[in-house]
Amino acid sequence: MGSAEYFNIIYQLGDGMLATLLIFVLTLVFSMPLGLLVAFARMSKWTPFGFLLQKEGSLGKVVATGGLRGWSGNFKPIQFLAKVYISILRGTPLMLQLLVVYFAPYYVFGINLSKEYRLIAVLIGFSINYAAYFAEIYRSGIESIPVGQYEAASVLGYNKYQTFFKIVFPQMVKRILPPVTNEIITLVKDTAMAFVLNYTEMFTLAKQIAAAKTTIIPLFIAGAFYFMFNWVVAYVMERVEKALSYYR
Amino acid sequence: MKVLEINHCNKKFGENEVLKDISLSVSEGQVVSIIGPSGSGKSTLLRCATLLETMDGGDLIYLGNYAAKADENGISTYVDENKLREIKKHFGLVFQNFNLFPHYSVMKNITEPPILIGKRSKDEVYGEARVLLAKMGLSEKEDAYPYQLSGGQQQRVSIARALAMKPKILFFDEPTSALDPELTGEILKVIKDLAAEHMTMVIVTHEMSFARDVSNHIIFMDGGVIVEEGAPEEVINNPKQERTKAFLGRFQQ
Repeated sequence: MGSAEYFNIIYQLGDGMLATLLIFVLTLVFSMPLGLLVAFARMSKWTPFGFLLQKEGSLGKVVATGGLRGWSGNFKPIQFLAKVYISILRGTPLMLQLLVVYFAPYYVFGINLSKEYRLIAVLIGFSINYAAYFAEIYRSGIESIPVGQYEAASVLGYNKYQTFFKIVFPQMVKRILPPVTNEIITLVKDTAMAFVLNYTEMFTLAKQIAAAKTTIIPLFIAGAFYFMFNWVVAYVMERVEKALSYYR
Repeated sequence: MKVLEINHCNKKFGENEVLKDISLSVSEGQVVSIIGPSGSGKSTLLRCATLLETMDGGDLIYLGNYAAKADENGISTYVDENKLREIKKHFGLVFQNFNLFPHYSVMKNITEPPILIGKRSKDEVYGEARVLLAKMGLSEKEDAYPYQLSGGQQQRVSIARALAMKPKILFFDEPTSALDPELTGEILKVIKDLAAEHMTMVIVTHEMSFARDVSNHIIFMDGGVIVEEGAPEEVINNPKQERTKAFLGRFQQ
């Protein structure tokens, strides 16, 4: 096989690379903020049935009474929903989740969706899955901020939102960079999973060309592409970590 | 008018009564030191006064404004969050372990609260912050980050941060306990200078001779109650209660 052939394969893979890049970028754009919402829900302490508990003093500590009353009084529905969400999305294969998102509208609701829904299904599937992982990473970061930071902000008169966005969030970002880098690198490779919905990103294309030309070269080129992509990701994240190393 | 009034404060953690019917009032310009063994409730009292803990019973009043008011059963009811934030403008707190914001420079630590919370002009706040830093002997450190400073320097920044909000009363929660012995002197000197300027202060401390020198009034707490209080010479040099004598005796050895 001559070098012209290589260029031809790379050229054919080009559209796939763009599709991969599109899935990657849009998944991050949607899953990172969604993860923050899920993290907040996961940390929610809202107890709508708290009136079932006995209170000591108007602002005092609540004391759980025994049995079902105590249990339902302590029930935190938002936290519970977030836990269910996280455990399902972490506990089942991403491939299965993609299939469910793609086929559920038809099999459950009888809605016929156009071919364009493929990309949307891929993005929804990836975003809700990655949001679950990001949520737990955010939570670990938020919970690692010393309570003294909240107390200092409280005494100075910061409200909840000011405390979070000015004090907690910037420190959280610095602390979670290594696990977030891990997730982003995994996402680069996971984009190949879009093949289950026949969405032609790079890996799908590489397999098609490999089959048509009975050669393994396109798959090697695809591998090299993922590797270089992740090298760039790791490099960028390292720069971000350096940029945030001005404080400890 | 009293700057701070606490009437019949009660506080429980579960079944454990940590504050039992504590009353205390601080007038303008007064320096009150609270001493006592660990677990005596003195830090909890300070945390109740600074709204970091909620009292179960009693009143908490700053300059005539109720933060919490006891109902007919003595149970504290707090005013709403917006009013509490207004009341927080009256006081400042210096923590044992500083609690500076590590991602902010010294200057930003001091200037962000007055600008963001106090809604004051940037130029004015920066000008005042430079004066405060000069007073703390930290003029060269305005662009430094907290991790680059010694414990004593960090504590001086945290005092400057509290003062930048122009509080009517300043609380200190064991301000030298996290410092190496050779660094405590610089903090105690700053507090003495503030006392000379008639800053109203409440100080929880283990530094007995410092408490005697700097305060107008000393409170000795043990087991969640005020055992003895009065003029510093009285309480420190000539205690009446057995528990006070025993506690101070351990310090003089």
